Amino acid sequence: MLNALRHRFKSWLFRPKIEQGTVTLTQRRIFIIPTRQGFMLAFVLVLMLLGDINYNLSLGYVLTFLLTMMAVMSMLHAFRNLAHLEIRGGRAEPVFSGETARFIFHFNNRSKLSRYQLCLVKTGVSFWKDSGTPIQFDAPALQDTEVNFPLPATQRGWLQTGRLTLFTEFPLGLFYAWSYLHFDTRCLIYPKPMSDAALPFGSSPDGTGKRSVAGDEDFAGLRKYTAGDALPRIAWKAYAHERGLQVKHFSTPLGEELWLDFSDTQDRNEEQKLARMTRWVLDAEAQGLRYGLRMPDGELPSNNGIAHREECLRRIALFNLPQQLLP
Amino acid sequence: MNKPLTYGLLLCILMVIAPHAEHLPLWVSSLCAGLLLWRTYLAYSGKALPKRWLLALITFAGTVGIVIEFNTLFGREASVTLLVLLATLKLMELHKARDAMVLIYLACFIIITNFFYSQSIPTALYLLATMMVVVATWVHLQAQSIALKPRLRIAAVLLLQAIPLMLILFILFPRVPGPLWGLPQDAYSSSGLDDKMSPGSLSRLILSEAVAFRVTFNDKPPRRNQMYWRGPVLWYFDGRTWTPGTTVLALAPKFTELDQAIDYVVTLEPHNKPWLFALDVPDKLSVPATLTFDFQLLNNAPVNTRLRYAARSNLVYHANLQEAPRPLQRGLQLPKQFNPRARQLAAEWRASNKDDVAIVNTALSYFNKQNFVYTLEPPPLDVNTVDDFLFTTKQGFCEHYASSFVFLMRAANIPARVVTGYLGGEFNDVGNYYIVRQSDAHAWAEVWLAGQGWVRVDPTGAIAPDRVQRSLSAAVSNNAALPFMARNPPQWMRDLRFNLDTLANQWNQWVLGYDTERQFAFLMRLGMESVTWQKMALNMMSGLGIVIALFSLYMLRHLFTQQPDKVQAAWLKLCRRLTKAGLPRAAHEGAQDYAARVAASRPELAEAILDLATRYISLRYGAMNDELAQRVFLQRATAFKT
Repeated sequence: MLNALRHRFKSWLFRPKIEQGTVTLTQRRIFIIPTRQGFMLAFVLVLMLLGDINYNLSLGYVLTFLLTMMAVMSMLHAFRNLAHLEIRGGRAEPVFSGETARFIFHFNNRSKLSRYQLCLVKTGVSFWKDSGTPIQFDAPALQDTEVNFPLPATQRGWLQTGRLTLFTEFPLGLFYAWSYLHFDTRCLIYPKPMSDAALPFGSSPDGTGKRSVAGDEDFAGLRKYTAGDALPRIAWKAYAHERGLQVKHFSTPLGEELWLDFSDTQDRNEEQKLARMTRWVLDAEAQGLRYGLRMPDGELPSNNGIAHREECLRRIALFNLPQQLLP
Repeated sequence: MNKPLTYGLLLCILMVIAPHAEHLPLWVSSLCAGLLLWRTYLAYSGKALPKRWLLALITFAGTVGIVIEFNTLFGREASVTLLVLLATLKLMELHKARDAMVLIYLACFIIITNFFYSQSIPTALYLLATMMVVVATWVHLQAQSIALKPRLRIAAVLLLQAIPLMLILFILFPRVPGPLWGLPQDAYSSSGLDDKMSPGSLSRLILSEAVAFRVTFNDKPPRRNQMYWRGPVLWYFDGRTWTPGTTVLALAPKFTELDQAIDYVVTLEPHNKPWLFALDVPDKLSVPATLTFDFQLLNNAPVNTRLRYAARSNLVYHANLQEAPRPLQRGLQLPKQFNPRARQLAAEWRASNKDDVAIVNTALSYFNKQNFVYTLEPPPLDVNTVDDFLFTTKQGFCEHYASSFVFLMRAANIPARVVTGYLGGEFNDVGNYYIVRQSDAHAWAEVWLAGQGWVRVDPTGAIAPDRVQRSLSAAVSNNAALPFMARNPPQWMRDLRFNLDTLANQWNQWVLGYDTERQFAFLMRLGMESVTWQKMALNMMSGLGIVIALFSLYMLRHLFTQQPDKVQAAWLKLCRRLTKAGLPRAAHEGAQDYAARVAASRPELAEAILDLATRYISLRYGAMNDELAQRVFLQRATAFKT
């Protein structure tokens, strides 16, 4: 009963709110409570005070009061360590299930005051106990600090950070000042590729899915470099002439295209099928093939390149999930 | 636990236990020093900490050692020793942050225990230095990545902010008159006069420069030869040692024909004995105390905190003109078997004189004429102490003279007793008070004469009148054995000494002696009418609230005043200048587009403006953020001419 009430109070006090863009930690967003060590110091201070009274130690009073007031001031310092930080939830690169998703947050400290020992952790159930090991970082004065928050990816689809706790116990560890961060950032998790699956050659409906020769002969011109292009294809001569990074583009004959069809997968369950498809896309791209994707909910025309690969993987990752396709 | 942090903790423990080194048993001090050195070596070399069983063994051995040394674990000395040992041992098992935290709390506790021994101004300054190190280490423990300089700065800021708040608490926190529970017997160290006197006991005390008490006279101070501060009165002589005797008689003293009243205030240093010091004879005292049948002032409890009392004494008096038979009997007690020659001498005096006063004078002139020497280093005496002193060595200090004088008087059937206490005092013209030190300790005699009552006789005055009239150093021929300051130091050193003592006196009165009474008096003086605890608590809270609010305003102000971005400011200024030149920037226009437009309409500016725009973009939006690039941009932006 009491627990339920407390839970309701907490969920009311710290109402979740998903935020976009930049969040500034204003006074109303920062909470403070004493830590266990803070309570322990309070106990030690009471003992000291009793000793001072009993033995009439004036300097003992001085020390006791000095420590007490330092503890009180450390509360203000803990608060200030978080106050007016600007936080942006950045992007997260897609990863495969089983890997670790890395969410990038930007902590912009516009003040002249360096912030030390900030910790970011996934919000747990208890005030004192956060689940997982927090990421520790400092936010130096007048700088934008990029913080990489890892989260294990266990399922395909969209991974959200959920609510995170940003906390600090600086400078004396006596007070725990915290704020909740809940950004709408999400990370696309591709299915974990099957470890070994042969490409479905010859299974395309038109029967032309042959193994492509790399197609080096048919030079079709130069195009702009995109991340992931193979280094041997970079046109170094063009680069030397200061025309920027360009990549030699080769056209492949129309007939040599491969269809990766969901219905071709023989696996028993859907996840395994998707895992196989993921493996196919990766292998097809690695071998420089032109490939198309045919899923029960639509198809992608055959193409190749990093962008195409990503689009395919995205379709596979989000297949049959209640979430929307587009973020 | 990283290396700098370990060094910080080592320094903390070293600083807090160092003041204890002098009163800890030697083996504990050496053990702690050894452990600290060992730990430093381990931290330096990066070797593993000692095994648990070894630490347990050392802890056990140390505890047993302490029990053997003190016969207990719970007395004050024993527990302080144990605490110091445990804190040092805790250094040997630093594994987690929690261990370090425990160590920091222990350090704070050990600092407090040091105040049992000293609460002087240097101790207070040392406290601040220690706190600085402790807090810096504490911050380091919380943020191990933080560099030394910001760490020290944060520690200093915390400490400096806490000081004014601490003062408010110190002044207004209601003082409860302690103690709350019974104190162990050894809670206070005793120093100063004892209620025993044997040859050599006073001359040992003379070597101490410690302050016994300080006196402020309300009016003119008495002459030096009237400044006999009465302490324990000794009745019983066993041939070597004088003691007060068995019981205190329940007789009220009776003073008559009092004159030359003099008012003064004494601040007595704690000496853990019940007696208070006053001039003869006191008839008024501001604290409850008993005046015994032999005119001693006894406090209700041993004086173990600094005690202030106002007193009034009468320098002219007749004390107990009618003395009861029992004190007179006591005043004639002598050990039977010792000192035959002295007895014989007294008998001779008695035979030739009927008058007691004449015998007293004979004795004094005997001391004066028989080549007695007043010295701090008298030769040792044999079993018949009085005979040996009177007829063989003839060298002695005040206790020798007082002792043998009283012996002679008693042998001549005149009631007499030994009085110990202090004589004179050093006038501090800076603070306008007298300092009475342990080195002013003295012993004299009192005889009971019919028609005069108890009369003070100082046989030392017969041999060394300077001791009574001037000072100890004037009286002692070879003063090399005296403490430095009891000799005659140069004037500037005296001045410095008096200034420091005045400061120490103020400190004692206002900081260390700040009790309920002082607190109320001080608050009244500050203008608080009818001081009550509720009012004090209210004032304390509001005072703290105001100061903390001021601090928070100051601290948070930094956060709200955003640093103006120099780069942006320069760019905006540039745009304003271009606007004046007829090329205003449209609201939607980015730096690049704007620069392109400017370049198109003013080809002569093209190169400069395009360069500036590129630099601006990379400084403001790009990763390039170094000082040099910023400086170049600012210079060029300022140099730009439309």
